[in-house]
Amino acid sequence: MIVTKELNSISGVKEVLVGMGTDLNKELTGNLNLMTPEIEELTPNDFYIAVDTEKEEVFEEVVSKVDELLSKKAESQTSDYQPATFDSAVDALPDANMVVISVPGEYAADEAKKALNKGIHVMLFSDNVPIEKEIELKKLAHEKGLLVMGPDCGTAIINGVPLCFANAVNKGDIGIVGASGTGIQEVSSIIGKLGSGITQAIGTGGRDLRAEVGGIMMIDGIRALQKDPNTEVIVLISKPPAKEIEEKVLNTLKESDKPAVVHFIGGDPEVAKAYGAYAGLTLEDTAYKAVALSRGEEVVDVVDFTRDKEELEKAAKEEATKFSQGQKYLRGLYSGGTLAYEALQILQEEGIDGYSNIPLKSEFKLEDVFKSKAHTVLDLGEDEFTVGKPHPMIDPSTRIDVILKEAKDPEVAVILLDFVIGYGANRDIVGEILPGIIKAREYAEKEGRHLTFVAFVCGTNEDPQNLEKCEVTLKENGVYVLPSNAQAVRFSEKLISSIK
Amino acid sequence: MVMEKINAANDKALEIILNGQPSLVGIGKCLDVVPGMTEKTLLHAGPPITWDKASGPLRGAMMGALIYEGLAEDEESATKLLESGEITLDPWHHHDGVGPMAGVASASMPVFIIKNETYGNYSYCTLNEGLGKVLRFGAYNKEVIDRLKWMERVLGPLLKEALELHGPMDLKTLIAQMLQMGDEGHNRNKSGTGMFIRAIAPHVAATSFDLQDKIDVLKFMDSNDHFVLNLTMPACKATLDAAKGIPYSTIVTTQARNGTEFGIRVSGIEGGDRWFTAPAEYIDGLYFPGYSQEDANPDIGDSVITEIAGIGGFAMATAPAIVQFVGGTPQDAVNYSTSMYEITHGENNVYQIPFLNFRGTATGIDIRKVVETGILPVINTGIAHKDPGVGQVGAGIVRPPMKCYEDALQAFVEMLEKEGLV
Amino acid sequence: MSNINELFGKELKVINMGLDSFGDDLKEQNIKTVQMRWRPPAGGSKKMMSLLSKLK
Repeated sequence: MIVTKELNSISGVKEVLVGMGTDLNKELTGNLNLMTPEIEELTPNDFYIAVDTEKEEVFEEVVSKVDELLSKKAESQTSDYQPATFDSAVDALPDANMVVISVPGEYAADEAKKALNKGIHVMLFSDNVPIEKEIELKKLAHEKGLLVMGPDCGTAIINGVPLCFANAVNKGDIGIVGASGTGIQEVSSIIGKLGSGITQAIGTGGRDLRAEVGGIMMIDGIRALQKDPNTEVIVLISKPPAKEIEEKVLNTLKESDKPAVVHFIGGDPEVAKAYGAYAGLTLEDTAYKAVALSRGEEVVDVVDFTRDKEELEKAAKEEATKFSQGQKYLRGLYSGGTLAYEALQILQEEGIDGYSNIPLKSEFKLEDVFKSKAHTVLDLGEDEFTVGKPHPMIDPSTRIDVILKEAKDPEVAVILLDFVIGYGANRDIVGEILPGIIKAREYAEKEGRHLTFVAFVCGTNEDPQNLEKCEVTLKENGVYVLPSNAQAVRFSEKLISSIK
Repeated sequence: MVMEKINAANDKALEIILNGQPSLVGIGKCLDVVPGMTEKTLLHAGPPITWDKASGPLRGAMMGALIYEGLAEDEESATKLLESGEITLDPWHHHDGVGPMAGVASASMPVFIIKNETYGNYSYCTLNEGLGKVLRFGAYNKEVIDRLKWMERVLGPLLKEALELHGPMDLKTLIAQMLQMGDEGHNRNKSGTGMFIRAIAPHVAATSFDLQDKIDVLKFMDSNDHFVLNLTMPACKATLDAAKGIPYSTIVTTQARNGTEFGIRVSGIEGGDRWFTAPAEYIDGLYFPGYSQEDANPDIGDSVITEIAGIGGFAMATAPAIVQFVGGTPQDAVNYSTSMYEITHGENNVYQIPFLNFRGTATGIDIRKVVETGILPVINTGIAHKDPGVGQVGAGIVRPPMKCYEDALQAFVEMLEKEGLV
Repeated sequence: MSNINELFGKELKVINMGLDSFGDDLKEQNIKTVQMRWRPPAGGSKKMMSLLSKLK
């Protein structure tokens, strides 16, 4: 009957019947007024085709289509059964030890609770989970000795397996606990790029270090890394926590002899030092210090270009001469929230206050996030840009639109971009954004301006997109590629400050 | 607390369903054996319905049954009689029985008698008339009436005698074997029919009937792949009826449709007697050549009893060819059956699917799970023409309307509220 | 030893509830993963949810 269905779509076919010479089929043939003495004689072992049509050639077409359909090889099916409820998912994978939850926030906490009650660790990617629910979940997890990574946790690497948005980082002896997804990505990737590796990267979700939540997961995560025989160095990444939580967390670090690098993004480095920890000054510096500790090398601050320093400074000066009169501003268009925040921090240290949708000071908040002004750094992963669209790490269309818009602004000289690769991210983020870059540059040139693109790629060579391949492609297309966010921001700042 | 109470009740209901032991014990005249049957009663499939709301096939079958009984001469007089209200229309389910498609039965028709050996209750069903123009699809021409008369005169009595020689026939084992042989017991009954014929044939030969009658009976059964459906259905009915009326159970013990409405009954709601109905759905399927969705009647028949007993759509994985009706793949068939475990209280102990590593079929639909998961029972079924007498025009897959389960859940909660339990 | 440390020594086996791509990434890395076909309970009906919660 499936064959019949397909044949009916052939034009010129009024009715068609294909089948064996059974009584039922013969009766149906009679109903269609197609009965002939020959059909009458058929037995159930005979195959026949009856067509109601006005044209002979239609019949030929039907016959050849039947031949085609009957000789078509079936494709093998591999679509596994997808359970609808958590209980049946556990039936399907009885020894599951991690649940990744990305369902809408209003349901996520209930689902996470089910997992915890079954003794299963949780990575809670969903956002919009009420803070009371987060506290409840984390207390329950703490009681049961389980992980609740999140809510709003985008990144974790557990037992070498990247979860959600995370990079393929080699195994090593550095353990990370972080309240920021892209923060963990940048630090873990740089550790990987330096040839070292990690044991675990535990995400806690951005609110964990708030006073209400009390850093439950950060502290449990630190303790787990302290007890973990494979972890020798502990890295802690977060925005500056509430004072009492900061104390609790830093005191926890003192419970073991394992050295720790603490990076409170935008916080005072002296705080961590007072508790005997090393202070990471940037995400990159944090990674370098962790690697130095892991290798037993001297721990030094890494706050400059790590290679080709003189060439870069020279290039910045040369590049700056290409700008036209009036071109003077930097626009940082980020897909990673923490990376954008770090960019604002580094610019501020260099004396530049950037406008933003996530500004460091409230007076630099953009009134209209779609209208950049002066030096602007945008987090395009924020809600106002993602309405009805996937995150910019997946869907580059919003970022391309903003790039083209910035190219039309005669005051813009430098556009700074992050490319976050790895699992979860778009598999060809560079290839998809490049046409936008080229188009923007062409537009500016037509208007008699020169536009400089600066970028860095957050990821590793083990990622599906391959770090080196991404960097080479960008460089080949005239984009300045730096090895880290911190260096890309500094290079951009050098460009801007070199403009006469 | 209340959850434990419900779960315990459902444990009990499921235990009864699993322990059920339906056997074919005899054949009798509908009037004589079916409880509450009268000469002026017509039994029909599905929840209660009145003549004015009946769909084409049901109307045709009712008219045909009156002509067959000699209560009317033709369409016109039958219609008049049905409109007069003189004829009692009653669901088969109110008389311990089931009927496929229109499911119409009248006083003189022979019926199978099935006994649940474990719990002692009985169920009934007419004998299957075959394919094409038949009463259960609303046909009532002379050929149909003549066949029904032959069934009354020859088929019924002959099989009754043969069955007496054979002794009670264990239907549970028969169904279990069907599932091992590629039948799912609702829309594919080929191997089951074959097994029935194999078991009964020697005894047919040994009856006191004429040789020609014996030949006719054997040929008749052989010509109809669905002959055994009229045994699997009452076997499921006898099994489920024993689990009716267990206080606080949320297990569905009846699912049926009359061509206009789909209805369910739940074990623990008002003794398992209250219907929750909603308009019957149209079937997603393939049509025989010359027919299309426009010709289709909404979902009809009591055969959906098979699904709640753990066969039919719930065992589709064992009969993957069925899924072709909706253009699916064998993997889809597996997925259909697998998804049913999400809405049942347990798994069958006897009905197993070889392809799922002999996992027992999903059994005991829990209305709570249906509402919570949004997964509706999957039903394999035939498609009847909307006009009386045309017959089957296709086959496919259908789901019941969600409203039945939602209304039942609401009634269940209200019942508990009245008792102060929630 | 906490369950977290116990997890560190084990093969990760994941139930992915939500975005298919997260599950696909894991399967690509040969991580045992069950992808759920998650839907809001009771199709998101508040009325039905409240009835169901009374029975829990």
